[in-house]
Amino acid sequence: MAADAGAPSATATAPRTPIAYYPGCSLHGTSREFDESLRAVLAALRIPIREIDDWSCCGASSGHTTDHLLGVALPARNLALAEAQGFASVLAPCAACYNRLTAARLAVAAEDDLAARMPDVLGRPFANTVAVESVVALLRDSATAIEEEVAAALTPNPLEGLRLAAYYGCLLVRPPEVAGADDPEAPLSMDEVIAACGADAVDWNMKVECCGGAFSVSRTNSVVRLGRAIIEDARRNGAEAIVVACPLCHSNLDLRQKAMMTRGEEPMPVLFITQVVGLALGLPAAPLGLDRHFVDTEPFIRRLVEQAAARVAAEERVKAEAAAKSAARREKTVAGDAPADDAPAAADTRASQDGDA
Amino acid sequence: MRLKPHDIMRLVAGGKGRAAAADESIWLCLTCETCSARCPNDCDPAGVIDSLRELGIDSGVSDAPRRIAAFHRAFLAQIESNGRLHEMGMVMDYKFRTGDLMKDVTNAPGMVSRGKLSLRPDRIRGVAEVKRIFEKCGEA
Repeated sequence: MAADAGAPSATATAPRTPIAYYPGCSLHGTSREFDESLRAVLAALRIPIREIDDWSCCGASSGHTTDHLLGVALPARNLALAEAQGFASVLAPCAACYNRLTAARLAVAAEDDLAARMPDVLGRPFANTVAVESVVALLRDSATAIEEEVAAALTPNPLEGLRLAAYYGCLLVRPPEVAGADDPEAPLSMDEVIAACGADAVDWNMKVECCGGAFSVSRTNSVVRLGRAIIEDARRNGAEAIVVACPLCHSNLDLRQKAMMTRGEEPMPVLFITQVVGLALGLPAAPLGLDRHFVDTEPFIRRLVEQAAARVAAEERVKAEAAAKSAARREKTVAGDAPADDAPAAADTRASQDGDA
Repeated sequence: MRLKPHDIMRLVAGGKGRAAAADESIWLCLTCETCSARCPNDCDPAGVIDSLRELGIDSGVSDAPRRIAAFHRAFLAQIESNGRLHEMGMVMDYKFRTGDLMKDVTNAPGMVSRGKLSLRPDRIRGVAEVKRIFEKCGEA
């Protein structure tokens, strides 16, 4: 627009309207660190969110596996609340909530009789106007902003070169028409967020396998068997930690990991994608809830921070050596009769040094 | 899981849906949706299994393993009474339903010290609204 032409990057500075935030039960309970790290990261990226007032449980797998109507109505109440509270879209970071909210939105859009019944079942008007967004999609859309913030961070990026396995599980990719992932079999959206953080997303086989989901309590052995295969494959492919965006995947791989690792393997940290972004942005571990995991992340993070500091120190040293070398050369130039055009190389660091060697 | 997704589809297509609904296998399905996503014939076994579970419960033929049924009931009971899932309340309810009182007790202190288990339910103002949803869906 002509009126905005003079304004410096209007999109970056204009205050965004808040997105509705649907935390879901897990983020208020067993996965508090997902909520904490999400809030910290979105604040750093200047993406405003506001919790839906008086939201209720989406019913997760127990709702739709036992009653189709209940499986639609429980999430739909929250979409109706968001609508009444004036929101255009809702962010549901929990993969299960995201899946149920989206499934309800699509079912009501596709089935006229279901849409007609909703106001009576919910006891409130429902026009089905609110879009549902996953945290992975939101972060991937913010990849450039993440890269900029990482580059601007005051501390060295602890994730630089770290090998991470992006684990999507079921609910972020299936059913494909509900999840809306970039690819249901070989998704890359979370890998792209990992890359924006300066880390390396490894290529591995179990990205979209099931971790056992809600059977954590009722069939723990199944969860241990499935989880072990996931962790072993990540390890075989060089991953130093697994990244998830689902509270169920997290608790199955983190809380149950002790039962999976029976041969003295190194523990494999399991991180929420928001914690990964937070670390790259230079946020400290505590506000990201990294002390709430069962697989102790403290030694892992300490190692990353130390490595990052050592890497930066080595770079500084190379820079200083190069500077000293060219200073010496300059002296020689002044003293002797070497060509004067050697001087600009003094500004260069590693490149010029490598060239000299 | 005795019956695999294709076996279940075979039964349903052959008019033996009731037998499938009465089989334990449909309750061992994790609803990971892999069968539906990968079906070369574009069938939706996961959706069919969801329907079979509902059919099995409604017609009284369901053979859900006690623990899995107890989990679903304990989960939904929490939502009905608080509007949100109170994990501690659900696990206690589950233990009483299954008699499996010692299950995972060694994890409880770690959950509490990590701030992952709250002792009090997070009850919403609109509990009556959620109760109404359960009633309207015939689940109350």
